[in-house]
Amino acid sequence: MTAKPKFAMYWAASCGGCEIAVLNTHEKILDVDANFEVVFWPVAMDAKYKDVEAMEDGSILLTLWNGGIRNNENAEMAHLLRRKSQILVAFGSCACEGCIPGLANLSPLNEIFETAYHTVSTENPQNIHPQVSYPAPEGTLTLPTMNPVLKTLAQVVDVDYFMPGCPPESHQIAAVIDLVIQVVQGKAELPPKGSVIGCGDSTVCDECPRTRNVKAITAFKRIQDVAPLDPELCVLEQGVPCNGPATRSGCNARCPRAGAQCIGCYGPADDVIDYGARLITAFASVVDAREPAEIEAILDGIPDPTGQFYRFNLADSLLRAGKGAAMSRPNAITSGGKP
Amino acid sequence: MTDTFEPVIVGFTCNWCSYRAADAAGTARVKYAPNVRLIRLMCSGRLDPAFVLKALAGGADGVLISGCHPGDCHYIEQNYKALRRFLLLRRTLKGFGVEPERVKLVWASAAEGVRLAHEINAFVEEIRKLGPLNWPKWDNQSGRDLPADIEPQPIEEVPA
Repeated sequence: MTAKPKFAMYWAASCGGCEIAVLNTHEKILDVDANFEVVFWPVAMDAKYKDVEAMEDGSILLTLWNGGIRNNENAEMAHLLRRKSQILVAFGSCACEGCIPGLANLSPLNEIFETAYHTVSTENPQNIHPQVSYPAPEGTLTLPTMNPVLKTLAQVVDVDYFMPGCPPESHQIAAVIDLVIQVVQGKAELPPKGSVIGCGDSTVCDECPRTRNVKAITAFKRIQDVAPLDPELCVLEQGVPCNGPATRSGCNARCPRAGAQCIGCYGPADDVIDYGARLITAFASVVDAREPAEIEAILDGIPDPTGQFYRFNLADSLLRAGKGAAMSRPNAITSGGKP
Repeated sequence: MTDTFEPVIVGFTCNWCSYRAADAAGTARVKYAPNVRLIRLMCSGRLDPAFVLKALAGGADGVLISGCHPGDCHYIEQNYKALRRFLLLRRTLKGFGVEPERVKLVWASAAEGVRLAHEINAFVEEIRKLGPLNWPKWDNQSGRDLPADIEPQPIEEVPA
């Protein structure tokens, strides 16, 4: 019997939802086990980094990487798994475009640490602040160093495929697993390198069953303030900021079908240069006002435009970070954030 | 290096009004600051906010958008769209911590060469006061120190 091709999955700055989405493929996960040898998957099995280091370069056929690159451990693992893998997939929104962890790019590192360790919501009576290096009697203990901003996987290493979604929909994961198995069996060919896989090539609006008319928005509202939401009519048309117009299809318009606005987790659609800019274009076009004061009053209905437009895409946007984080220099951050 | 900061400004002009206004300024020998690099669009409504973000990310200190006066749009009402996008973009930039004043919208008809020159000069001074933006050139692939301190590349001047 020939050895099964090897499979790995790793998480960096992420929530773990992508791993759950993989397990959520139900019995399809048995196909993974039947067709692959799982060699490295920290969330599911015990393995050490040195085991991966000991593997031959290119010996892993498929690595699904979820999570952004937040610290030097993430970056080191990205380089390591890139070396060891034939196919490296940026799996899920964090790896593709930064996602929610990428929103921290709006704050400089010292503010992030301040909030995490020293605000009222944190119980920290001894005022402990993590250090990257600590001289213990047994030897120096170290922690990974945080980078000034979070990067996407493709901003650090060469990526073969991108699979968007927060998390990717299970039926899409199953389809991709099927495809890879067929490729292994010689029954199918891989898509061109750099492809965005496990998704559609249009926008969420294209998959949305709601009725669309000419939009003329006189007020933006939060969804809980629209009562009741018309179940048949376009969500944006009802004044609720819906990110469908810029967002890649593939989820089958799950949120609008369920009576909620699209928040954009599948990332930018094909040919969108900057996701937020596309949404600015879309939203501003349908505002029904011509006088600056009137327009401003309507725009007041979007209290946090940056968060609204870059919730998932900040780390992969043209600006990539807020000014505070963008301007912080590595040499200003020697430890975990305290100068 | 001199101490004076010369702002780099990208100006997006409409084919039907402000580009001709700039032309008129030239014909009439009205001088305006050389800091602005004018790019002609068919309409201010063609301006994708991504152009502005790309300019800022690529080293511009400010972006000037100009179009026909309200009611005068060659394409009926696209300049109103430009106005709304501009206002929403400024709010978004504020969230990034970028001074919204770095992006300015000016209406200028084809006859207003003097006015456009005056607005450009005023904007250059406003940006000079704000100081350089110096958005980092992101250092890809290293995975460690994100913003690499690279000197901004000189911008190649292309004759019209």
